[in-house]
Amino acid sequence: MADGEEPMAVEGCSIGDWDGRWSHVQKFLERTGPFTHPDFEPSEETLQFLLETCKILVIGAGGLGCELLKNLALSGFRHIHVVDMDIIDVSNLNRQFLFRSKDVGRPKADVAAEFINQRVPGCNVVPHFKKIQDFDASFYRQFHITVCGLDSIIARRWINGMLLSLLSYEDGVLDPSSIIPLIDGGTEGFKGNARVILPGMTACIDCTLELYPPQITFPMCTIASMPRLPEHCIEYVRVLQWPKDKPFGDAVGLDGDNPEHVQWVFQESLKRAAEFNITGVTYRLTQGVVKRIIPAVASTNAVIAASCATEVFKIATSAYIPLNNYLVFNDVDGLYTYTFEAERKDNCTACSQVPQKLQFPPSAKLQEVLEYLTENASLQMKSPAITATLEGKNKTLYLQSIASIEERTRPNLCKTLKELGLADGQELAVADATTPQTVLFKLNFTSETCSIKQVQN
Amino acid sequence: RQRTMTDHKTSKEQKYDRQLRLWGDHGQEALENAHVCLINATATGTEILKNLVLPGIGAFTIVDGHKVSGEDVGNNFFLTSSSIGKNRAQAATELLQELNSDVSGNFVEEVSVNVNILYFFHRFSLVIGVQLPESTCLRLGSVLWDAGVTFLVCRTYGLIGYMRLIVKEHTVIESHPDNALEDLRLDQPFTELKHHIESYNLDSMEKKVRLIIDIIVVAKYLEKWYSEHNSQLPKNYKEKEAFRQLIREGILTNENGKPEDEENFEEAIKNVNTTLNPTKVPSATEDIFNAEQCENITSQSPSFWVMAQGVRDFVRNEGNGKLPVRGTIPDMIADSDKFIKLQNVYRDKAMKDAAVVSKHVEALLQSVGKPPESISEEEIKLFCKSAAFLRVVRCRSLAEEYSMDTFNKDEITSCMDSTDSEMVLYLMLHSVDRFYQQHSRYPGVYNYQVEEDINNLKLCVNSLLQEYSLNVNVKDDYIHEFCRYGAAEPHTVAAFLGGSAAQEAIKIITHQFVPFNNTFLYNAMSQTSATFQL
Repeated sequence: MADGEEPMAVEGCSIGDWDGRWSHVQKFLERTGPFTHPDFEPSEETLQFLLETCKILVIGAGGLGCELLKNLALSGFRHIHVVDMDIIDVSNLNRQFLFRSKDVGRPKADVAAEFINQRVPGCNVVPHFKKIQDFDASFYRQFHITVCGLDSIIARRWINGMLLSLLSYEDGVLDPSSIIPLIDGGTEGFKGNARVILPGMTACIDCTLELYPPQITFPMCTIASMPRLPEHCIEYVRVLQWPKDKPFGDAVGLDGDNPEHVQWVFQESLKRAAEFNITGVTYRLTQGVVKRIIPAVASTNAVIAASCATEVFKIATSAYIPLNNYLVFNDVDGLYTYTFEAERKDNCTACSQVPQKLQFPPSAKLQEVLEYLTENASLQMKSPAITATLEGKNKTLYLQSIASIEERTRPNLCKTLKELGLADGQELAVADATTPQTVLFKLNFTSETCSIKQVQN
Repeated sequence: RQRTMTDHKTSKEQKYDRQLRLWGDHGQEALENAHVCLINATATGTEILKNLVLPGIGAFTIVDGHKVSGEDVGNNFFLTSSSIGKNRAQAATELLQELNSDVSGNFVEEVSVNVNILYFFHRFSLVIGVQLPESTCLRLGSVLWDAGVTFLVCRTYGLIGYMRLIVKEHTVIESHPDNALEDLRLDQPFTELKHHIESYNLDSMEKKVRLIIDIIVVAKYLEKWYSEHNSQLPKNYKEKEAFRQLIREGILTNENGKPEDEENFEEAIKNVNTTLNPTKVPSATEDIFNAEQCENITSQSPSFWVMAQGVRDFVRNEGNGKLPVRGTIPDMIADSDKFIKLQNVYRDKAMKDAAVVSKHVEALLQSVGKPPESISEEEIKLFCKSAAFLRVVRCRSLAEEYSMDTFNKDEITSCMDSTDSEMVLYLMLHSVDRFYQQHSRYPGVYNYQVEEDINNLKLCVNSLLQEYSLNVNVKDDYIHEFCRYGAAEPHTVAAFLGGSAAQEAIKIITHQFVPFNNTFLYNAMSQTSATFQL
């Protein structure tokens, strides 16, 4: 910016604004340009729309969330809600810059909102110390755009499913006003990605499940009897020894955030490692394995959140054509970005509206259906609950997440589909943490000589 | 109960835990001993500093003579409206300092003309210059180049981000490559490895005793292959398939003639591609061995080059053309005992090789009159382990980039052949700098200026292309767009650069990971970027 120039007088400012406050933003809203979106029209009203009307939902107030809130607030957005179910931990402080050591233990959403509202006058961030699943469609429907900075694929799929459920169709045609764009960012160490999802129009989270790297797990035989790495020793203590020894009491589960628990695992892992002449068990490694820690720095979160916020701005103002639709970033060696269009999957469980099929012979056990739902690469359900309509009544065939129902329905797993009274062409309703809506599957019986598991796609 | 050393991590270790897992305690130490200088606390500048203060940089000093304006507060998280009219360096320092009490924040309103500029800048690990006019960049660049101080130039211009790194020579031992090939030496096994492989006899082993290790399987079959193929590795897909078939035939069959479930053989077949990579010195390491700094060791030589010559001498003598053994092997399905034994074969050899390299290094140090302790065993071991991943980054000076005689005409011309290459943004940034020199302002700052400035900016573009004899076409759209920007610094673009530049600064300070070389351009309209070596 050149020196000594007169600041521009801004017309129609809100109270508390000062001269030139939105000057950097206004140049993109009040001038024509050769690269603007075809829908774009320069106007002073767009800034007013951002300041007074546009409502943004930010999911996550952690590494990405803090950056997103700052970026949106300084781009003119004032009506922002932020949802986060976590409280602040000291290990957040190296990058979640809205928090200080005095805030440790307080809800992230609350502290983040306080900080932004105080630092950026006029900005009104409304915090929600809740899980995303605590809200229903009427909550999500109020927002113009949703932007996520989550650390869980399950949560991403859930919000993806929720926004898809808000779509309305008239005579099979999608009503554009029911679309709430979803901007999603993710980071891990020095890698990150940002994507733009227009539910019902572009590839959704579930369309590209294979892009997410699988979680590292070790085979049980390695952990139980053939450890070779220090990580195997730690997993042994975590998975096998802790439930046996119950070091802190009968019903006390291993809490990775409890230093005493981690210390116990560390000492026992050293012993196990010594038995096998394995070196390399450290406290840091122990904590990393127990908590499945992903390394993180401020810089990567800054880059990804910046890209996401740029897209929110473009979509809210039609200033430019949005990212179409996936950006990958890596700055281990120089700086590398790759931008491509992720494609929709024709039979995506979440967004395709193509009826999902389950093909099994009548002699297949319910257990096999359960395994298919969790292991199939396109489904990757976590703990699906299966219900069916039998003799006019809704019957739960198997549900894992409630202990009493799990116990009652467990015997069904060993029964065949025929024994359970299921018929060819029957609909099964499957509920799971990965989606807010039940997924309907049509059961097709195959002949006995066919292979038992047929992979869809 | 009593707390032991391992019981509770210090609060700093807890705070920095997530980043310590990336650059280690030694990287953190380097960061905490660094002092960075930022020139101009604009949004881009404070975003860069935020990403250095949060991870715990030792100290920063902001140099900025500007007074805070209303526009500044609008896009900068570290300025508030109460600071309008005050010195920008001071205002920003307060709010940046507040982020992390471990860090020492300082500010200077201006570097007085009377102060020796060289003296002022010499204390910094790195100087970051933000939103600097071209003439200032070139002048400062020349001073810092002569002083050997690394200079990172950053700029947000509308929806464009620009970074230029200027460092004469930056060495990296720990580059942490994403997809490193393993150092298994199966094609040319060292003596101890050969003996270890020989200790297994595949033919006499019953199935349950055969739970050995897939690379042993590969090694055994490689011996067979070598005897039939003149000791040459399987080279292409056809040969690798033939090799896999050879292994497949070795799988035991049960009484019914059906193949047994032999996991190690299956793993061996699957991993043929990665286990059979030929052992050789990577070209980047070869270049380091052939560099002038490696050849001519003096008492001033940094330890990197002394160790490089030590390893080079090893390669040419005891190593028989091969680097010291790395000593790590990937995890593989195997019985613990056998895996540890195999791992120790590699570890022991790595230690032996490192000891030989140590001897070379000691002799070198003595020959230039330095005590052998000047380079520790730990450093040498780390260097040997990283020998295949060493990198050196050398950037050209700004003077070379701009000079009529040495500017990179080929790169600019060939990039401009592809439509919408980010190179056009580079040319546009130069053009707006010309405009600034002529008109003492940037184009299109006020609405009424946009139209008429388009023509003037076009004249600047044309004069630039003419002066450098660049026969390229800059589309009018870009000229219009750059007028439209009015030299705005939108926060989200400043934040993107803030993250990018800070990480490059951390790479420079820690000497871990590899910095870019040397010009980075980010286009927020298309969300694309490019790196050019200019």
